[in-house]
Amino acid sequence: MRMSFVWMASGLVGSAAAPAALASGWNMPVGVTDLSAEIHSLHMTIFWICVIIGLVVFGVMFYSLFKYRRSRGAKAAHFHENTTVEVIWTAVPLLILIGMAVPATATLKKMYDTSDAELDVMIIGQQWRWRYEYLGEDVAFNSSMSTPRAQIRGEEPRGEHYLLEVDNPLVLPINRKVRFLMTSDDVIHSWWVPDFAVKQDTIPGFINENWVRINEPGIYRGQCAELCGMDHGFMPIVVHAMEEEEFDAWLVERREEAEQEAMGADREWALEELMERGEMVYASICASCHQPEGQGAAPAFPALAGNQRLLDDLAWHLDVIVNGVSGTAMPAFRSTLNPVELAAVTTWTRNAWGNDTGDAVQPSAVVEKLAQ
Amino acid sequence: MAPKLPPHHPVQQSSTVSGAGQAAAHAAPRGLMRWLLTTNHKEIGSLYLIFSLSMFFIGGIFALVVRAELFQPGLQLVNPEFFNQMTTMHGLIMVFAAVMPAFTGLANWMIPLQIGAPDMALPRLNNFSFWLLPVAFTLLLSTLLMPGGGPNFGWTFYAPLSTTYAPPSTTFFILSLHIAGISSILGAINIIATILNMRAPGMRLMDMPLFCWTWLITAFLLIAVMPVLAGVITMMLMDINFGTHFFNAAGGGDPVLFQHLFWFFGHPEVYIMILPAFGIVSAIIPTFARKPLFGYASMVYATAAIAILSFLVWAHHMFVVGLPLAAELFFMYTTMIIAVPTGVKVFNWITTLFRGSITFEPPMLFALAFVVLFTIGGFSGLMLAIAPADFQYHDTYFVVAHFHYVLVPGAVFAIMAGGYYWLPKWTGHYPNVKLAQWHFWLSVIGVNLTFFPMHFAGLAGMPRRIPDYALQFADFNLVSSLGAFMFGASQLVFVAVVILCVRGGERAPAKAWEGATDLEWTVPSPAPLHTFETPPTFRPQAH
Repeated sequence: MRMSFVWMASGLVGSAAAPAALASGWNMPVGVTDLSAEIHSLHMTIFWICVIIGLVVFGVMFYSLFKYRRSRGAKAAHFHENTTVEVIWTAVPLLILIGMAVPATATLKKMYDTSDAELDVMIIGQQWRWRYEYLGEDVAFNSSMSTPRAQIRGEEPRGEHYLLEVDNPLVLPINRKVRFLMTSDDVIHSWWVPDFAVKQDTIPGFINENWVRINEPGIYRGQCAELCGMDHGFMPIVVHAMEEEEFDAWLVERREEAEQEAMGADREWALEELMERGEMVYASICASCHQPEGQGAAPAFPALAGNQRLLDDLAWHLDVIVNGVSGTAMPAFRSTLNPVELAAVTTWTRNAWGNDTGDAVQPSAVVEKLAQ
Repeated sequence: MAPKLPPHHPVQQSSTVSGAGQAAAHAAPRGLMRWLLTTNHKEIGSLYLIFSLSMFFIGGIFALVVRAELFQPGLQLVNPEFFNQMTTMHGLIMVFAAVMPAFTGLANWMIPLQIGAPDMALPRLNNFSFWLLPVAFTLLLSTLLMPGGGPNFGWTFYAPLSTTYAPPSTTFFILSLHIAGISSILGAINIIATILNMRAPGMRLMDMPLFCWTWLITAFLLIAVMPVLAGVITMMLMDINFGTHFFNAAGGGDPVLFQHLFWFFGHPEVYIMILPAFGIVSAIIPTFARKPLFGYASMVYATAAIAILSFLVWAHHMFVVGLPLAAELFFMYTTMIIAVPTGVKVFNWITTLFRGSITFEPPMLFALAFVVLFTIGGFSGLMLAIAPADFQYHDTYFVVAHFHYVLVPGAVFAIMAGGYYWLPKWTGHYPNVKLAQWHFWLSVIGVNLTFFPMHFAGLAGMPRRIPDYALQFADFNLVSSLGAFMFGASQLVFVAVVILCVRGGERAPAKAWEGATDLEWTVPSPAPLHTFETPPTFRPQAH
């Protein structure tokens, strides 16, 4: 009686929710690539098929619940089994599914065609940042979340792009086919930018491929999609898509910066210079595990502040940073950081938070270590 | 089975054994020892159900910690490390300690009653398989207190996050899962042995209530896949403690192998959690529509088809790990095909309602909600099957919404429907209707408030398993958290209903529901400790 009216009402609310889902911010983005638009249209097609089937099925159901209530004097019929009906409700869904599988297959084939790329970018997942290497271009950098921890703790007002902002965004040209080669240095991550409809796991020991051809310049944001440990929620992706000429100029500029940095490895650095640089590297690379004050997070991430072995043994300290510690979460940073950065961060961790060793580790010493 | 035995022989044999058991029962210990040593299927069934309900609350509290943290942006209550432990433990407890034991408990209570058997085929094994569970899950819960905390790598525990990068307690997690797995396998063996050997004379397999059929098929799934789970966690154990490199790329291992093995277990596992639910709903809807189930045979065949397909779809959980195109297509097609037998089930339930004489007692309310909300979960499942679109859906809250729709208003509502349906048989009293209606409406509203907005959050770009989120997801999460607390609180009403029902209430006759037809309604309510000591006469009827 009253019960079934509420039932009907909840059915109506359910179907009213469907158009609302089309409003922006409630639905899958159409995105800025041909493929993302195609995937969006597949998504909407299957969605509406489900809505129509749902309306029919729930329609019959709620009609029955309303019409055949005993309180209205309904007497039960006793029919059961009807081969025709059963064949129809097996065959019709099958036909709908085949109709859906055809365009899905076509789209999937396009997604898998990574041939003829004009630019190759290696994407490396690391706990908890991304590393981008422009293959053959001598440009590579790390990209960490730049939202201050104080915002997360609620001590500062949250910015517009809270948790979706990074220090070094990936820069890509529009209108060029860019191939992504994806791997990981530690656990499995997943690189996802909804506006590109690109989501691909980065897996240690594997190189996955995916690709994008962006149609519109802009800034596109995404996040790591595969649980990768403590700071899984804090490794966003930001892509800056530029006009082609602008991108070429940017690439030249970054290459020159890298060359200058490499030359810096030859000269003598002052303690203050190293400390200044090391503080930045530490905040971007090390602080997520070893914590901003070097206090660590037991038992996986040892404290650096007041760590006696670190203070006593410079050679060991440098070796851990350069080569990592196998069987633990400490990765090798020999290819992630350049000699200046390695020297600077070693210096910083030997002199910050009361670790007053006074050691200034020179980039030239790191170059020697790397050569071993 | 000795081929020479006449078909009726096993039944007579069992009734003799049961008679001896009854004599022993008079001298049986009371109090705690009675429950520790019981070999009675009804008592063990109750133990399973009480255990499951307790674990449902523990897993629920973990979920509420997660929802409380996600109530608004920022980190307020817990740190990310503990947050990950909560999401992981919530999943593990709900899957292995709440839903699976609840179905085993219902099977223990109801399968012997529905097939006219005096008890389960292997009563002492039955006792053992139950008592393994408290051991397994006490061990699992204790990992939360160990240095480095409990499992924090998600209930799917993907390597190498769960091996090289896992907390030290992971070895205990593996041990507890091994124990729970042994319990499941023993339970499944017992159910198969009972159903195949102990049906009342004259009851063919195709005469059995659908709950027995779905459980028979589920039991075969369990026997097929629990050893695969045992294998994969043993490989983890070796990687962690004995220097092997099954899943460690640095040693030549393969992290993707882990996922293939896990999901070869994991996909049948999700059907293990839904097939018995189909059986319960297929008993309740005909009872309260007062009309036989439309297509009994096609329901059996659809269940079998779903079970077989469940072995051929596992990699749809892995559409973005970089499978070759041919594999993506294969798993997309097989996954889409599952919609066909699942559709057959839904159409059957609805055709059963058509031209019935319907009333809305509490079990029926939950069964009807099951049909609607499980179907919504089925629709999102169909969407997820479309591999290109899955590149957008994968690992987002859309997936979280999907599997919670099939598991909460799906499996859990079916368990509750079964609870309300059989409580008169268990306790001899009807559950309080007013309270049950409160429980139902609060649960239905709560569950939809919790999980419907998750579809939107996922489509808009929110990944799953994150302790904090970007500001555009704030409204969805706020609604989800409010719904979750509402749903959680409404389960306290359920506990009240159960306790009141055990203690008193309107007396139920043997046949507690007018439209019920199966054998369990021929024994008195409450069912005495020993039933069907002599096999009943079974007359096949139109199902």
